[in-house]
Amino acid sequence: MTPRPTAYAGDLAAPPSPEPPTAPPRPATTIPVRPDHPGAERRRTTSTVRRTDVFAVLGAAVAAVCLTALLFTALTPFDGALGFLVVAYLLFLACYLVLVRLDEAGPVVRDRFAGVLVHSLAVTMLVALVVVIGFTLFRGREPLAWANFYTQDMRSAGPLDPLGVGGIRHAIIGTLEQIGIALAITIPLGLLCAVFLSELPGAFSRFVRIVVEAMTALPSIVAGLFIYATVILALGRQKSGFAAALALSVMMLPIIIRAADVVLRLVPGTLREASLALGASQWRTIWHVVLPTARSGAMTAIILGTARGIGETSPVLLTAGFTQFTNANPFQANQVSLPLFVFDSIRRPDATMVARGFGAAAVLMALVLLLFVLARLLGGRAPGQLSRAQRRRRALASRRDAMRFARRAAAGSPPDHPNQR
Amino acid sequence: MTVVVSPPDPAETAARPAAPRRVRQRRTPSDLAFRGVIRVGGIIVLAVMLLVGIFLTLRAVPALRTMGWRFLTAQEWDPAGGDFGVAGVLIGTLLIAAVAVVIAVPLATGAALYIAEYAPRRIAPVLVNLVDLMAAVPSVVYGIWGLYLLQPHLLVQGEHGEGLPRWLATYLGWFPLFRVDGFDPSDPLGSNSSLTSSTFIAGIIVAMMVTPIISSVMREVFSQAPVGEREGAYALGATRWGMIRSVVLPFGRGGMIGGTMLGLGRALGETIGVYLVISFVFVIQPHILQVGGGSISSLIALRYAESNPIGIAGLMAAGLVLFAMTLLVNFGAGLIINRSRSGAASDA
Repeated sequence: MTPRPTAYAGDLAAPPSPEPPTAPPRPATTIPVRPDHPGAERRRTTSTVRRTDVFAVLGAAVAAVCLTALLFTALTPFDGALGFLVVAYLLFLACYLVLVRLDEAGPVVRDRFAGVLVHSLAVTMLVALVVVIGFTLFRGREPLAWANFYTQDMRSAGPLDPLGVGGIRHAIIGTLEQIGIALAITIPLGLLCAVFLSELPGAFSRFVRIVVEAMTALPSIVAGLFIYATVILALGRQKSGFAAALALSVMMLPIIIRAADVVLRLVPGTLREASLALGASQWRTIWHVVLPTARSGAMTAIILGTARGIGETSPVLLTAGFTQFTNANPFQANQVSLPLFVFDSIRRPDATMVARGFGAAAVLMALVLLLFVLARLLGGRAPGQLSRAQRRRRALASRRDAMRFARRAAAGSPPDHPNQR
Repeated sequence: MTVVVSPPDPAETAARPAAPRRVRQRRTPSDLAFRGVIRVGGIIVLAVMLLVGIFLTLRAVPALRTMGWRFLTAQEWDPAGGDFGVAGVLIGTLLIAAVAVVIAVPLATGAALYIAEYAPRRIAPVLVNLVDLMAAVPSVVYGIWGLYLLQPHLLVQGEHGEGLPRWLATYLGWFPLFRVDGFDPSDPLGSNSSLTSSTFIAGIIVAMMVTPIISSVMREVFSQAPVGEREGAYALGATRWGMIRSVVLPFGRGGMIGGTMLGLGRALGETIGVYLVISFVFVIQPHILQVGGGSISSLIALRYAESNPIGIAGLMAAGLVLFAMTLLVNFGAGLIINRSRSGAASDA
């Protein structure tokens, strides 16, 4: 390709030194002669991507698009954008294989093929995510621009009223209250149970773990049906936000427990043993060693459980009831939530109601996104990794300790320290 | 936990040198209180969970007693008339979940492999977050995406229903699964109505929901593949794919199967996405591209407002059948994960 034999010789082989080494004549260790400029040898790139690889991908892509265009416009009666994409992709794979096959052996061809396949699958998934979120935001952009969308409820807005009237205040309040109650139930109970499962091993906790694992299989609609049958039909209470929160709790509890249990079990046993060996009691070990180490993972477990609960429609559909009015009291009367509002309005025939539904879905997405970012900011670090504020606090504590030690050393013998008694 | 080792009695040790020392555990009061508290937490959770299962079973008994085994074979839902069963919706549930898993597993595997093996170190955490975010997108959002974008604009376009389902029905219609009754590709006046609201479209929506779940389980397991074995494979001259095939995939097989079954369990129970898109029928509808289908969960969402007790009992029984199915799938997943190497403790 690039005929540069001289350059290679200059690069790789050390240039023979012109003058002989001025060493004493008797046999001794010879010091290797180095070139004057250490920079004379160029650094070799260790990257595994070569230029021909890039050319092969680009060439195959261009060839595939051209071939497909030819097929779709001149040769066959194919049409449709999705069909174009699929045919072009298959042709791309074929062209790429042929190109790589030209100058590589079997294992390398398979490696390249698998690489392209994996990349395209990942891109497909990314595109799907972007399309789902983007489509919701795009269709919901009109109601989102109205201020009354956030501050009014639907009591005075008929289905044919323009977007200037009515909003989703009632649904936002309902969602926040229901998920708040559900979290107030599930976080303490879930973490307690997870700690129980991982710290008190035995026949009983094994049984509890089996039951909890079984309950993660509980479909959300069945959780809703359970609360519907107990709280509403058997106990005779009316549909309310509290019933919905109970249904969400039944659904979220096993998810949170299982995820937290897995995280707690990942805490290295050596850490636990080190703490116990230093004389800490069991609960101090758990409180100061196990839980902080697992904090990030447990946080993720809780947040993912929350995100699932906040968007869950089916249990709420059975237990919360539907209303157009703002109801801030979760214990009485129907209370609508965002997913339920979306579900209801999206099936109406009127364009404005559908637009409101998309707007509510966009707000719901934003809420989930917010939760998500919050989770990552609070606990998205690996165990042992500290945020800047945590590092500062540790440094301060350490400085305080150092000063205390210094004071104590200056004062003399430690037993008369007031904190010791 | 305070372990008190009683000092060995010199005379005794001299007499019986091989006797083990007595080790006594004495817990502090705070430890005892702590253990009590977490034990109570475990008991409460256990009670709630058992209550759900037992209550479901008890309430389902009247329906099961009325119908007997016919509950699993009847293809209609008329509790007042005394004839109801889940045969149609049961098959529908399985078909939707099967479509979802068939689509989701390759996607999830690809995404998980990319994040764990191919992605540059700097963007891999971002991608992990994106997959988690995808798992957190509410199911109703996927439902409206399917109803308003996927079905009318991507799969069944225009009045003739141009798109993948039509293509499959035209060229693969000889295969019973893809046959569409009342659909004639050569009919210029044929409408798209026989291709919409099908099991296939519902399955794609459910696939979108379960893909991130499967993917994050797989990625977790892939990234735990031992570094020593990876480097060993590279040192023996393996390409990256060779390393993945010989180290990562065998190591992660349990996680792959487990993640898939976890996704399957979720797909079986999915309600809203299916409910929004599908047009409900109670008979067995084995043609996945044809309009009409059903699932147990959407049956419950459709009929929960029934006032007669036997109807509610029927729904309870249907929910029980669904729960039994997801339970079986999840336990299978657990067994497979536990038997594989990936579940091994990674304490170093």
